[in-house]
Amino acid sequence: MSYWARFRVWRGDSEKGELVDYPVEVNEGEVVLDVVHRLQQTEAPDLAVRWNCKAGKCGSCSMEINGRPRLACMTRMNTFAEDEVVTITPLRTFPVIRDLVTDVSFNYTKAREVPAFAPPPDLKPGEYRMQQVDVERSQEFRKCIECYLCQNTCHVVRDHEENKQHFAGPRYLMRIAELDMHPLDAADRKRAAQEEHGLGFCNITKCCTEVCPENIKITDNALIPLKERVVDRKYDPLIWLGNKIFKRGDVRAAKQ
Amino acid sequence: MTASAATSEEIEHHTFDVVVIGAGGAGLRAAIEARLQGKRTAIITKSLFGKAHTVMAEGGCAAAMGNVNPNDNWKVHFADTMRGGKFLNNWRMAELHAKEAPDRVWELETYGALFDRTPDGKISQRNFGGHTYPRLAHVGDRTGLELIRTLQQKIVSLQQEDHAATGDYESYIKVFHETTITELFKTDGRISGCFGYFRPTGKFVRFDAPAIVLATGGVGKSYSVTSNSWEYTGDGHALALRAGATLINMEFLQFHPTGMVWPPSVKGILVTESVRGDGGVLRNSEGKRFMFDYIADVFKNLYATTEEEADRWYTDPDNNKRPPELLPRDEVARAINAEVKAGRGSPHGGVYLDVSTRLSPEQILKRLPSMYHQFKELADVDITKEPMEVGPTCHYVMGGIEVDPDTGMSVVPGLFAAGECSGGMHGSNRLGGNSLSDLLVFGRRCGLGAAQYVDGLDARPQVQEADVVTATERALLPFTTAAEGGENPFVVHQELQKTMHELVGIIRKADEMELALKKLEDIAVRARTVSVTGGRAFNPNWHLALDLRNMLLVSMCVAKAALERKESRGGHTRDDYPVMDPEWRKVLLVCSAEGEDNVRLERKEQVPMRPDLLDLFEMDELKKYFTGEELGGHRATAQEGAK
Repeated sequence: MSYWARFRVWRGDSEKGELVDYPVEVNEGEVVLDVVHRLQQTEAPDLAVRWNCKAGKCGSCSMEINGRPRLACMTRMNTFAEDEVVTITPLRTFPVIRDLVTDVSFNYTKAREVPAFAPPPDLKPGEYRMQQVDVERSQEFRKCIECYLCQNTCHVVRDHEENKQHFAGPRYLMRIAELDMHPLDAADRKRAAQEEHGLGFCNITKCCTEVCPENIKITDNALIPLKERVVDRKYDPLIWLGNKIFKRGDVRAAKQ
Repeated sequence: MTASAATSEEIEHHTFDVVVIGAGGAGLRAAIEARLQGKRTAIITKSLFGKAHTVMAEGGCAAAMGNVNPNDNWKVHFADTMRGGKFLNNWRMAELHAKEAPDRVWELETYGALFDRTPDGKISQRNFGGHTYPRLAHVGDRTGLELIRTLQQKIVSLQQEDHAATGDYESYIKVFHETTITELFKTDGRISGCFGYFRPTGKFVRFDAPAIVLATGGVGKSYSVTSNSWEYTGDGHALALRAGATLINMEFLQFHPTGMVWPPSVKGILVTESVRGDGGVLRNSEGKRFMFDYIADVFKNLYATTEEEADRWYTDPDNNKRPPELLPRDEVARAINAEVKAGRGSPHGGVYLDVSTRLSPEQILKRLPSMYHQFKELADVDITKEPMEVGPTCHYVMGGIEVDPDTGMSVVPGLFAAGECSGGMHGSNRLGGNSLSDLLVFGRRCGLGAAQYVDGLDARPQVQEADVVTATERALLPFTTAAEGGENPFVVHQELQKTMHELVGIIRKADEMELALKKLEDIAVRARTVSVTGGRAFNPNWHLALDLRNMLLVSMCVAKAALERKESRGGHTRDDYPVMDPEWRKVLLVCSAEGEDNVRLERKEQVPMRPDLLDLFEMDELKKYFTGEELGGHRATAQEGAK
């Protein structure tokens, strides 16, 4: 059942690199990551790749396979023809460290800029009560394995280095949506989403949703509703009036 | 690159109060606690922050909150834990764990965790093997991910507070991603720091710190069929040994009964116990629910003996006994092994696990989404319509660093350990769900213990410069030997895995283990002279060459302890000594290092259980585990020592 495949692997570092061809054996049921491991065990012991769980749960082995952002551990070899050249390259949006490994620190920086969950001040541990139906919206976003494929794919930053500073990317805009939809979160996040984290950059092309290996509906369930909430906040005449009359810049009650 | 060229290089140098090695649940909870105690804390992780093996935990986090069945409390949880570990557990750890787990879970909600809910809005709890009541807080079948993300986000939240106060996110907690520690430093018998390298650049780094918390997880990468990732190379176990600490219970390895068996590339990947907790049944190739034939004497009267009663339990647990599919993991793994050996296995050498006949497709997708995903994408199996093929996989090491139960400190002052790399809590077998709670309870205790230890020091031990030079040279050894033509480390690693899998696996025999020890000695020589190609920047064959010596030392411990223990108990099954022996319950096998590649084994008496804890069990049950001598005269009437 095994055959020899033709792999074309990007080898190099931050300064230079090239695609290198490797013939490599493939066995039944294998995924791209198995083949990368076989290369390490045979022809290329110093081939750099990130991986951990090998079961689509940790989001480490993100790379571009024939130009598509994928998890190598979840890309089965039988999705390619046996005579097809399989080209694997590092994520394009982030700087290369070596071979298939990129510097993803952009994402950790953005994660730190999103204010954390604000616990309700009047509830002690053990007193939280929430209905399943109410937690499910945020739970969908908490399935995120932080593979950064959405961050890599989003055209706002993929070819626009200059936008990186002002745009948190789909993963962290979704994090804001998650907290905003958390039944007990005590903070208001709508203004910041728009003004500090660049929600306005997103023009809902849904590329992030397409590449999500967890099948999270990032655009439909997180980004669009968050945009709607921001708009409601901005243009709701009652809130506008309330702000004028009571001078409440921070309208906690506006939280939905 | 030569060693002499590299020893002259500038070594990055940091100073902290507490250094936590490992960024899974235990490490992160320890770091949170150390920071809450006002300590400057480093978190060192071999992978990226948030990728730790904890994400692989699927089923849930055991805590006797009593949300689903109000009869549950810490005493029942304690008793289940001791029973699961066949009473070899450190009872004080089991007690602390059972008492504190609910607080640790509730605390996660204040960090932002979103567990599945009961109809009255509390945290939902699910059934699991060995747990008397529904006890596991969960989020579908991705509880570990929720736990790691929640702790990661709490760390970020603390960094945001520090930023607001000091203008620097990293003034109290700094995360060192993709950094591997290769050596611990001691000065005058106390911990003084540690040494390692940054994976991306290969450059060395040194941390000066009076307290180090090891939270490095397990050892599964010494086996060829495992649910563990590349990180699980026994680093903490080996670092502790080399620093003079001791390991206990290393003969006890948990082979999770249900790993995937096909296709070959995913062999060993975990299939969560929740499948059985939620109604999945095990059948052999003849269609028989074979677990009814494997209810051991000690579990008679606790499990259903007919399919009818087992089926009734799902809807009426108060009046029926639970199905034997939910026996502790060691029992189920041995049963599957026996069925396959008897020729009643599935086509790819496992047995069938079927949830499709018990739950609707909608329920399966809701409760077991990642299992559905995993089988659909990796094996082309639709678990809502057909059974899975499963078999045992090396999953968890019960053995680990011997620690003080209350503070988590090892015998080396300043060296702490929590989570899978520590030993004692789970005895000879861990119950599913007790790992995530273990991480939280003892992670916190270690963070607290480390902070208090630092406060109690008059002066900080200074790292000896000569030790730094030695550590540098050892780390570069694989490059030095490259010139002399050693072996590819991947080849030596596979040899080690094969040896442990075939000779010190799920069923063990004296002659096979003796052979394993001989092979390990041979592998030790080869591991010392493996050679690597390429440079130091993100070079996996160099990393493996260094990890190999840790795996080797830990494998020695497993093999020596397994050969010594002449009985079968929990995660240690001897073909030549198939029976559990109460005399052996009193004995702990303690490993310590002898040079770089060898270990010494000593016997140690188990501390007798406090009388008020013994009183939680029926005498008839205790008689199955304890010697008459131990029980003679005991039946505490006074509550002395009770807390």
